[in-house]
Amino acid sequence: MLPVSMTVNGKAVTATVDPRTLLVQYLRDNLRLTGTHVGCDTSQCGACVVHVDGAARKSCTMFAWQAEGAKVTTIEGVANGEKLHPMQEAFREHHGLQCGYCTPGMIMSAIDMVNRKGNDLDDNTIRHELEGNLCRCTGYHNIVKAISAGARAMKG
Amino acid sequence: MSATGIGAAVRRKEDQRFITGKGHYTDDVSRPGQTFAYFVRSPHAHAKLHSIDVKAAAAMPGILAVLTGQDLAGDKIGNLICGWMIHSKDGSPMKMAPHPALAATKVCYVGDPVAVVIAETLAQAKDAAEKIAVDYEVLSAVTDPAKAKSAAQIHDVAPKNTIYEWHLGDSKATDAALAAAKHITRIDLTNNRLVPNAMEPRAALAEYDSGTDSLTLWNTSQNPHVARLVISAFVGMAPEHKLRVIAPDVGGGFGSKIFIYPEEVVCLWAARRVGRPVKWTSDRSEAFLADAHGRDHVTHAEMAFDGDGKITALKVKTIANLGGYMSTFSSSVPTYLYATLLSGQYAIPNIYCEVDAVYTNTVPVDAYRGAGRPEATFVVERLVEVGARELGLDPAELRKRNFIKSFPHQTPVIMAYDAGDYLASLKKAMELADVKGFGRRKRDAARHGKLRGLGYSTYIEACGIAPSQAVGSLGAGVGLWESAEVRVNPTGSVEVLTGCHQHGQGHETTFAQLVSERLGISIDQVSIVHGDTDKVQFGMGTYGSRSGAVGMSAIVKALDKVEAKAKKIAAHVMEAAEGDIEFRDGKFTVAGTDKSMAFGEVALAAYVGHKFPTQEIEPGLKEGAFYDPTNFTFPAGCHICEIEIDQETGETEVVSWTAVDDFGTLINPMIVEGQVHGGIAQGVGQAMIEQTVYDKDGQLLSGSYMDYAMPRAHNFPAFKVDTTETKCPSNPLGIKGCGEAGAIAAPAAVMNAITDALGTEKIEMPATSMAVWRALQTMNRNQVAAE
Repeated sequence: MLPVSMTVNGKAVTATVDPRTLLVQYLRDNLRLTGTHVGCDTSQCGACVVHVDGAARKSCTMFAWQAEGAKVTTIEGVANGEKLHPMQEAFREHHGLQCGYCTPGMIMSAIDMVNRKGNDLDDNTIRHELEGNLCRCTGYHNIVKAISAGARAMKG
Repeated sequence: MSATGIGAAVRRKEDQRFITGKGHYTDDVSRPGQTFAYFVRSPHAHAKLHSIDVKAAAAMPGILAVLTGQDLAGDKIGNLICGWMIHSKDGSPMKMAPHPALAATKVCYVGDPVAVVIAETLAQAKDAAEKIAVDYEVLSAVTDPAKAKSAAQIHDVAPKNTIYEWHLGDSKATDAALAAAKHITRIDLTNNRLVPNAMEPRAALAEYDSGTDSLTLWNTSQNPHVARLVISAFVGMAPEHKLRVIAPDVGGGFGSKIFIYPEEVVCLWAARRVGRPVKWTSDRSEAFLADAHGRDHVTHAEMAFDGDGKITALKVKTIANLGGYMSTFSSSVPTYLYATLLSGQYAIPNIYCEVDAVYTNTVPVDAYRGAGRPEATFVVERLVEVGARELGLDPAELRKRNFIKSFPHQTPVIMAYDAGDYLASLKKAMELADVKGFGRRKRDAARHGKLRGLGYSTYIEACGIAPSQAVGSLGAGVGLWESAEVRVNPTGSVEVLTGCHQHGQGHETTFAQLVSERLGISIDQVSIVHGDTDKVQFGMGTYGSRSGAVGMSAIVKALDKVEAKAKKIAAHVMEAAEGDIEFRDGKFTVAGTDKSMAFGEVALAAYVGHKFPTQEIEPGLKEGAFYDPTNFTFPAGCHICEIEIDQETGETEVVSWTAVDDFGTLINPMIVEGQVHGGIAQGVGQAMIEQTVYDKDGQLLSGSYMDYAMPRAHNFPAFKVDTTETKCPSNPLGIKGCGEAGAIAAPAAVMNAITDALGTEKIEMPATSMAVWRALQTMNRNQVAAE
């Protein structure tokens, strides 16, 4: 067993975990932050995307201990209290989700995309940047619209 | 139209929890003291199961139980069943082989579960599973449905691996029409096998309460009541009143979560045996081996034309792969959900279809988005397109000549289409797609070394599943009505209990819109309750684009009763005659006076009971209804796909997509568009990239997202989506259903576009860039040889 400590959504957390514990398992099972999902076992689907020290990471591809000392943000931590993050708002406004399972990973990837690529994202860029996020419901059409609008809204 | 009523693009009520990470899926549920299940699955496609040695595994740390098929049989747990009886041409019933939840004597596909380990942690369960020794005697396997009849027999009950040899239509008349035809178009098609891949893997959590001798199952189900019925009545796990099934938020279904699977049965059984909650969550790799697959047809079809390009007959012969066992509704998919749609949008006087369903050593095959109707559309729309090319006619013109133009229309294959305007959707789609400008775009593409093609798909589907008597006469083991209960609270807010289940469709919004429209209250005052057998008495679930047409019709019936009772109460309270009470915009008014009561005031009066005779009118305001449709509904439309092919690499890109669909009344156009988008993506995925590959020994080669191509955002352009409208005459709202249309229409549109660009019909789905490149090379070689 290994001790781990990190900051998750602004709160310091510590635990002792089996060294095999993935970051996503730690978030879901230990911290009960079940908004981060697991949709595959080969790092393809992106349902588990969180931010580690400000950058998007697939939390199924790292062990909990690898986030030692890091600042982790999950979907539960992106809103500012009651006020939704502009990207969350954009997904609702543009019907960028149906079953909701891929949505947390999509939103976390989208915020990261804006952080890296800026607020004016063309559709082609968004579609290619979504290489690592799978959705089976929406055909991506409204996800692309939502990210485009959310990116612009993040400017303000 | 009110701001939140029928026809408004209301933003979804359910989104708040999904965008904030507060969704509540089965794997998010944890129970005190829960244990974890891990399944040991057969690595062989076909083998006798001689013995399983579990001793070493049982002695591992943290292990509570290691259970096998022998234990299951010892506890007299019944088999899984297929609930739709199909009879062969000769009148014999389909050959349903026993399907135990854990195999006991033989295994029939790679992934067939043979044992389960229950442990304190999942890691301990997995570690122990490695210590289980299974003695298999490997037998030869078959995966190709076309070879099943001559392969080693899989089940004792099914000689030649044949489940049924079924037919529909008039063989003699069809043959006569073919003999008299001016032209016959012939085609051989493979409808490729697909893995549904809802993003949420299946999961089950079972808990036993010894105090009440009752079981609770949380599972990823599209129809929890049907799951309870089957697990109770057929598997014999517990009486219905001692089994609660809860399907909370479910992350996509597409059919694959309709069925009753071994894992949920085993979790329930194991929870009772170990006396603790048992949780199982599928890995994605496991899902590839354990979730029912879709499609997998091999078809030869012939379409006869007269001298005017009128279709005079259609003859179809299909072999359908049902996999290693018969899944819950598998028998109905290649029969009554398939051959009954072979008339397409066309007046075809003679149709005959034969379907042989076979066992193979593959994962069971059952309904996947569209279920039989995409397969039918693919046959008809490929034939029409190829026919037009062979006859030298414009494909749109050939379609127009053959469209059904008057309704109702009785086809030769059971269905009676009630309403539609196929010309309207074709015309609108052609305008939106700028078909007139296609020649110019094709020439432009050629200048860049690209081949450009355009393909149509004018599809029809039968939705609103389904009239109970009709499906009963065709072999269904259940009725397919839907239930609703409307509970009005004393303060005027409303809860609607529905037997439908949402897993992406947005019922919490659209059903609330109906209530808002009818009762004149805000959708914020309405909650939709579904997915729990302890809350909703019974219901048939969500699939077959039925929730609007059938589920909402049940709500309408219940609302009618609520309104009728509320009028009686309002009449007493306002001391007026019941016939003088009008209800509009949430207000009960005494006609011709200024006396009125708001809906909430009447609701309160109903519960207070001071001002009406409670001996004549019971207090309270709560009404239930069961709605059984009188006909299927018939959504139809036209999709037009344009693709570009790089001649050097074969790289194929969908560059434009236009969809014009007639779904009847739209409750929420935003949600309808979303449904169309998703369906198109699944259909394009099938046509261009998704390929389920078994090797000759029955190993699934495409068993993960590394090997099975899931459609990604860059596979698509933005879609142009529009609608036309003819109301469905058979249900109160005029709804036809929209959930499956895209997946039904899309494959034929893609393949018609690709073959148009290539100038050859010799390419099968999935038309990957590699397949397209090969087709180009073959054509080049043939051209060189010819020169």
